[in-house]
Amino acid sequence: MSAVVGGAKKPREQYGTVTSPAGRLGRFIINLFAAGGLLYLFLPIFVIVAFSFNQPVGRFNAVWNRFTFDNWLHPFADQALVDALLLSLKVALISTVVATVIGTFMAIGLVRYRFRGGGAVNFLLVLPLTAPEIVLGASLLTLFLAPTMLLFNISFSLGFATIVIAHIMFLVSYVALTVRARLRGFDWTLEDAAMDLGANPTRTFWRVTLPLITPGILAAALLSFALSIDDFIITYFVSGPSTTTFPVRIFGQSRTATPPQINVLSTMILLVSISILAIGTLVSARRTKRDTA
Amino acid sequence: MSSKIERDAHGRKQARYAPWLLLVPGLLWLIWFFYLPLYSLFRMSLSTKPSRFAVPEFGWAWSNYSQAFSQYGAQFQRSFTYALAATIVALLIAYPIAYVIAFRGGRYRNVLLGLVVVPFFTNFLIRTLAWKTILGNQGPLINLLQTIGVLGPNETLLRTPLAVIGGLTYNFLPFMVLPIYVSLEKIDPRLLDAARDLYSNTWRGFRKIIIPLSLPGVFAGSLLVFIPAAGDFVNSYYLGNAKTTMIGNVVQDQFLVQNNYPIAAALSFVFIAIVMVVVAIYSRLLGTEEIA
Repeated sequence: MSAVVGGAKKPREQYGTVTSPAGRLGRFIINLFAAGGLLYLFLPIFVIVAFSFNQPVGRFNAVWNRFTFDNWLHPFADQALVDALLLSLKVALISTVVATVIGTFMAIGLVRYRFRGGGAVNFLLVLPLTAPEIVLGASLLTLFLAPTMLLFNISFSLGFATIVIAHIMFLVSYVALTVRARLRGFDWTLEDAAMDLGANPTRTFWRVTLPLITPGILAAALLSFALSIDDFIITYFVSGPSTTTFPVRIFGQSRTATPPQINVLSTMILLVSISILAIGTLVSARRTKRDTA
Repeated sequence: MSSKIERDAHGRKQARYAPWLLLVPGLLWLIWFFYLPLYSLFRMSLSTKPSRFAVPEFGWAWSNYSQAFSQYGAQFQRSFTYALAATIVALLIAYPIAYVIAFRGGRYRNVLLGLVVVPFFTNFLIRTLAWKTILGNQGPLINLLQTIGVLGPNETLLRTPLAVIGGLTYNFLPFMVLPIYVSLEKIDPRLLDAARDLYSNTWRGFRKIIIPLSLPGVFAGSLLVFIPAAGDFVNSYYLGNAKTTMIGNVVQDQFLVQNNYPIAAALSFVFIAIVMVVVAIYSRLLGTEEIA
């Protein structure tokens, strides 16, 4: 019977299946391709983790020598690298908080209201997201280098503040668009219901709207944090000579030395990220289970 | 009373001022730190800077553009060629991954999607350095390829255009997988049964249903891979040689090493202008939903 007629549900992967030998072979090949693709994605990761246990010959940790736990016993041996990582965390924290707040405001403004100029705002938001990082970095540098700042007549010196400004800039668009996508299906009449029941607009926002949209905001904030920590190209342009984030430090050092602590710290970051991702997946799985039960 | 607010079919309010209050902080930030810098970049591109340590002065110096093109036309061309190649390879790798996750993933779909993203929680530079180790002359891959005769005894992988394209493909691959996955996931699987009921074979069903319906994701993914790949300088720096320099390498070098701001600004401005035109055409034709 055709499934188009009835609403009978079966698992998604059973649709359109063919049991002929040729069909099976085709499925097998495409599965193999996908598995190969995933392996390819993880290949450098295996190398990074493996080389965190390497005892490098010379200053570069690029050729396998012999297994050691030394690097893991002294993960913070390279003080400058640790300082750079702490700076990256600080930048990521501040810029994520600011960008999440401003970006969420924008998303709400765009989804909740119908108004003239909405399309133009959309375009203004998308462009920074699609602009090549090198142009973002270069153009911000020309702005910061200008002797008297355009617009508010403020002058900047390159460093912590300019890095945070740049990160907020590229995260705002990102947060606004991802939260907007999550808000698409939001039933705004719930606000009317709350107000009909006597809540004022402020109370309605804090008690009804915000709790409902929090998962979307949290997801955007987490990814913003990751994007900020990972950013190299823009930061490299606006960081100036004396302020060094984790990626900038690695780039600067990679010409003269690559201590294995880089691999150790990266593996640690990876483990933390995987844990956060796993917790997030579990929580959302439990929530769907509860909602469908 | 507030319950009398008029709403459209989606429950959106018609309002004139309220949305702007929410939009202003973000818009101001973007105007100040994205749009205004573009203007200052443009100004810089028309400035003159006679020596390395001179302060650049604005002076309608259009010659910067002709100089940028005559000196770095090859790098421009190379950037777009490499980025195009990386986009095509990324598409070929990403599509099966996205397809299998969307249609065969079952309850492991989210876990598999997580696996696609996890490698990118390590830093971009470190990943590229890892590729340098993998492709390097003392790495395992080169031995294998030389043993089975794919590479001659004196041929290398590292410091070739192929290595740069491979690095670009790798580093931007999730941007291809995720949008394709999103558009595949939206496809109603009952369409496939309908096609089969109408005597279409699997391949035909794939060609006539899945491919057309996943095109928005393919376009979005291509844009999201092509643009950062064309502007990258790290892959060429770590995996390439002097003959694989891309526009990003030139901009980086001219800006941060040579301090030749006007030429670097002219190069960047041409680059962003091309990208803006592409994005404008794209969002006109397909909207902005898929990119985010």
